[in-house]
Amino acid sequence: MSEVLLESGIPPMIPSPHAVLSDSAPVRVAQARDATTEPRWAQALLILGALAFLLAFLLLPLLLVFVEALRGGVGAFVQAVSETDALAAVKLTLLVTGIVVPLNLLFGVAAAWAVSKHQFPGKRWLVTLIDLPFAVSPVVAGLIFVLIFGAQGWAWPLIDEGWTGTLPLLGEVHVQLPKIIFALPGIVLATVFVTFPFIARELMPLMEQQGTDEELAALSLGASGWQTFWRVTLPNIRWALLYGVLLCSARAMGEFGAVSVVSGHIRGRTNTLPLHVEILYNEYAYSAAFAAASLLALSALITLVLKTYLEWRHGESLAANHRH
Amino acid sequence: MSIVIEHLSKRFGAFAALDDIQLEVKQGELLALLGPSGSGKTTLLRIIAGLEHADTGRVLFDGEDAARLSVQARRAGFVFQHYALFRHLNVADNIAFGLRVRRGAERWPDSRIRARVEELLSLVQLEGLGGRYPAQLSGGQRQRVALARALAIEPRVLLLDEPFGALDAQVRRDLRRWLRELHDRTGLTTLFVTHDQEEALELADRVAILNGGKLEQLGTPAAVYDQPASPFIYGFVGEVNRLPAQWRDGRLHAEGQPVTAELAGVGQGAAHLYVRPEDLRVSDEASGWPARVVAEQRSGPRLRVRAVLEQSQSPVEVELPASNDGAFPVGARLHVAPARAGWFPAG
Repeated sequence: MSEVLLESGIPPMIPSPHAVLSDSAPVRVAQARDATTEPRWAQALLILGALAFLLAFLLLPLLLVFVEALRGGVGAFVQAVSETDALAAVKLTLLVTGIVVPLNLLFGVAAAWAVSKHQFPGKRWLVTLIDLPFAVSPVVAGLIFVLIFGAQGWAWPLIDEGWTGTLPLLGEVHVQLPKIIFALPGIVLATVFVTFPFIARELMPLMEQQGTDEELAALSLGASGWQTFWRVTLPNIRWALLYGVLLCSARAMGEFGAVSVVSGHIRGRTNTLPLHVEILYNEYAYSAAFAAASLLALSALITLVLKTYLEWRHGESLAANHRH
Repeated sequence: MSIVIEHLSKRFGAFAALDDIQLEVKQGELLALLGPSGSGKTTLLRIIAGLEHADTGRVLFDGEDAARLSVQARRAGFVFQHYALFRHLNVADNIAFGLRVRRGAERWPDSRIRARVEELLSLVQLEGLGGRYPAQLSGGQRQRVALARALAIEPRVLLLDEPFGALDAQVRRDLRRWLRELHDRTGLTTLFVTHDQEEALELADRVAILNGGKLEQLGTPAAVYDQPASPFIYGFVGEVNRLPAQWRDGRLHAEGQPVTAELAGVGQGAAHLYVRPEDLRVSDEASGWPARVVAEQRSGPRLRVRAVLEQSQSPVEVELPASNDGAFPVGARLHVAPARAGWFPAG
């Protein structure tokens, strides 16, 4: 086939008249498409592949949880979730979440604010420390607290006997820590450790991206530091804050590893819902286990719905990786 | 309020942003801080505002050392380059912000705050837009809101950081005129930073030119344009042709002839002659420098002719009224002579 080149030296996409007339074989016309788009078959393959993976490893197990939970009928389901220990587990989970989330809110906002609006020595170390809970296995996290506050731990004397001393202004003082391991404080500590990065990491890129101009403007107009924080910084991060709180709550409710190590599994007292599921499963009460698990799955679904809603309505107010 | 800046220096690591700046801003004047990027002009403005601290030197507000005043207490209205409007507040709340954060005796009653906001909205010609949010405004409108917000607190000085940098040419021209009128009406001491020399010359009462952290010249736009204090200023403010020249027996010689234009001072040895394109006149063979046209470009009301001087082979640019269009085709030979010029020693 004779090659006919255009003036620019590029071979034409459409076949030249010579090629059509001189060749007996039909010439394929190149389909006009974007340079950055894959061909149809590749697109279909990728999408189907991703969907199949999601179906097999996420959707199916989730569905199975609900199916198994209702296997014995709705009556059995209701009985399983309203049983005393189950209710205690639910209450404890909610209590722990109710303590952990506000604490992490405080720490997270303070850390993100310090890192993104200020320069100080050791800033990089702080950022690395904030990410530490992601790198550490939850079981190890729980073990850390056992090693510190457990019966053979460093801080045990402070818990067992306390510390008595004389302070300059206060006179005779007795300090005693409450029981931490195998009790609520331990569970709270372990959960705080594991969920700490969520809010901070959600806020840091957004606050860095927003810069300090608005804060400087507020200061130049006469606002104090505190006023600037309340009236300028906080409103600018409110949706990202909500998003972070959502992630933090979801993780706090579902945390197993770290809590399992510090809780002692005392039925009715130190069992959170995830721990309760494990106990039921170990006692071969499968239906009841799935019933409890379905509560967790439900909270996960609610989280997902709220998260998607936030991304949809307030996407521009979130960090760049949440915008679609 | 008058501002006096004494021996101000600031370094960022090894980089000297400001080097021994001495400057006095008179009460009620509109002063431009002009310079290329990195010249320190924004740093200087921010130090005056209290948003940054100098390493050495002092800033005096009406004779009082400003270092004793916090950012909030200085009452310096600052307008940022990218406006820095509070995105979650509407226009009226943005303008009222500085008044609403006041506490105690200084705090105005709500009615007075609202009246002030209305007054400012009409001053900046944004009546009726009080309920809009910054995201719903155009660039020029946002700029005016930023200005109104800074004026609301009745500042002693107004500081503007490249106020029109982010706007397109037509809006910039309109706002320039508008800012000048506003300044004439309020009589407020105003400093603005710009890298646009046309803007500085058009707007300001006086221009302070900074380069590499140093103050190169302080003067009226006319003085800075007609009597630049350094070669840098010649080239930065307006355009200039630089030609090699030589002092001989008390007269400056260029292109093989003594320079006809009036020159300040006398020098010795090698020098450079600086002539602005509009100061090169087309002359006759007897008195001019011969040159050959290389290109000509019609630009609005002006004709720019690029030529090469025959004697020194230096390229020159000549600016003529547009009525000369076509009179100097490429390759044509012409003679030019400087009506006005300056000189600086070479090296």
